[in-house]
Amino acid sequence: MTTFHSLYLLISREFLIAFRHRHEALNPILFFVLVCLLFPLGIGPSPQLLKTIAPGIIWAAALLAILMSLTNVFRSEYEDGTLELMVLANHSLVILSMIKLLAHWLLNVFPLILLAPIIASALGMGFDVQMTLIISLLLGTPVLLMVGTTVATLTLVIPQNGMLLALLVLPLYVPVLIFGSSAVNATAIGMSAAGPLYVLAALCVLSLTLAPFAIVAAIKTGVSQ
Amino acid sequence: MMLEVKNLNCSRGHRSLFSGLNFKLSSSEVLLIEGSNGSGKSTLLKIVSGLRRPDAGEIMWNEHDINTIAADYSRQMVWLSHRNGINDSLTAKENIQIAISLSKSADININGVLDRVGLKAYANTPVRQFSAGMKRRLALSRLITQHASLWILDEPQGALDKAGVELLESLIAQHVANNGMVMMSSHHDVQFENITVQTLRL
Repeated sequence: MTTFHSLYLLISREFLIAFRHRHEALNPILFFVLVCLLFPLGIGPSPQLLKTIAPGIIWAAALLAILMSLTNVFRSEYEDGTLELMVLANHSLVILSMIKLLAHWLLNVFPLILLAPIIASALGMGFDVQMTLIISLLLGTPVLLMVGTTVATLTLVIPQNGMLLALLVLPLYVPVLIFGSSAVNATAIGMSAAGPLYVLAALCVLSLTLAPFAIVAAIKTGVSQ
Repeated sequence: MMLEVKNLNCSRGHRSLFSGLNFKLSSSEVLLIEGSNGSGKSTLLKIVSGLRRPDAGEIMWNEHDINTIAADYSRQMVWLSHRNGINDSLTAKENIQIAISLSKSADININGVLDRVGLKAYANTPVRQFSAGMKRRLALSRLITQHASLWILDEPQGALDKAGVELLESLIAQHVANNGMVMMSSHHDVQFENITVQTLRL
């Protein structure tokens, strides 16, 4: 079996499993939409106010939706023993875990980015602001996923790690939230969003290059217990 | 081929599980690890499989330290722990397919493998509907698909019925006849015709 063919089969496994658990995959997406739609109901329908707080709401909701989905990464693989097979497999563990994360991003995070402009226009955002929102989410969500997965894999051996995970991950998420929403705010008040977007891009490259090795080390520690 | 363990030490927490452990395993040999619950059988097997580092000591595969030839070693070894390594929402056939793509084995007749482990009738049944023994049988299919010379089996009989244990024994006998080697832990007596079983008591 060629490497390419076996990697293709492994990525289709992720989609197959997600398809058979589609109600679970919908949870973070539903959560994101509900949070974004409940805020205007609670705060009141003043268009000016909604326009001001919309970037923060969408960014915070996306961040929490990703945090919610993190407990699932590698959890079932750890419990059913597939993770041990991945460590001993004839593929680089970096590639195997990145396949898993790519599928996780496409299934749990990408739908949020597709829904974001719809919610944004409901909250009164203009077209150029929506564009900045999408770019900031495309740059920022991989950081959230990579950093979150690193911590999630480190706490894999703890059975109910949800609370601990949130406590450990949230401080690390703060910079991404600040730069993400400030990029959108800058566009909204007619300034250039380039500065915060560059910082997000730098964080994105940094996490995509360094986090895989941290994740692999955490997986190896997890299965050795 | 030869597996050699030298001066292996391991402790869990403050409790020493074993120290100064030495043994050798050559082609066509079976090593049975015995010991009471909590004596470190699973930990020893995990260390020999390379998943866990020992506190001290060396594990040599063909006179190379397994840490220096990790990729090569894991290709020649199959590890069956008490976790089966199968996903509940996939069918039996899909699970075998995944195991094959992880180990990058040559093209294998999956139906033939399912037939060998007695699950041919359940090829397209989601594993969620399987009993514990059927899941164990499915896990045994990795022994066939991976073509490895060293089998490391942690309580392989767990959950298997009488026919399942016979299947396991015939798989091991066939493997040993093909110059393979087996290292396993067990609570049960293991009987093979024409095969000498070394025993290590922890």
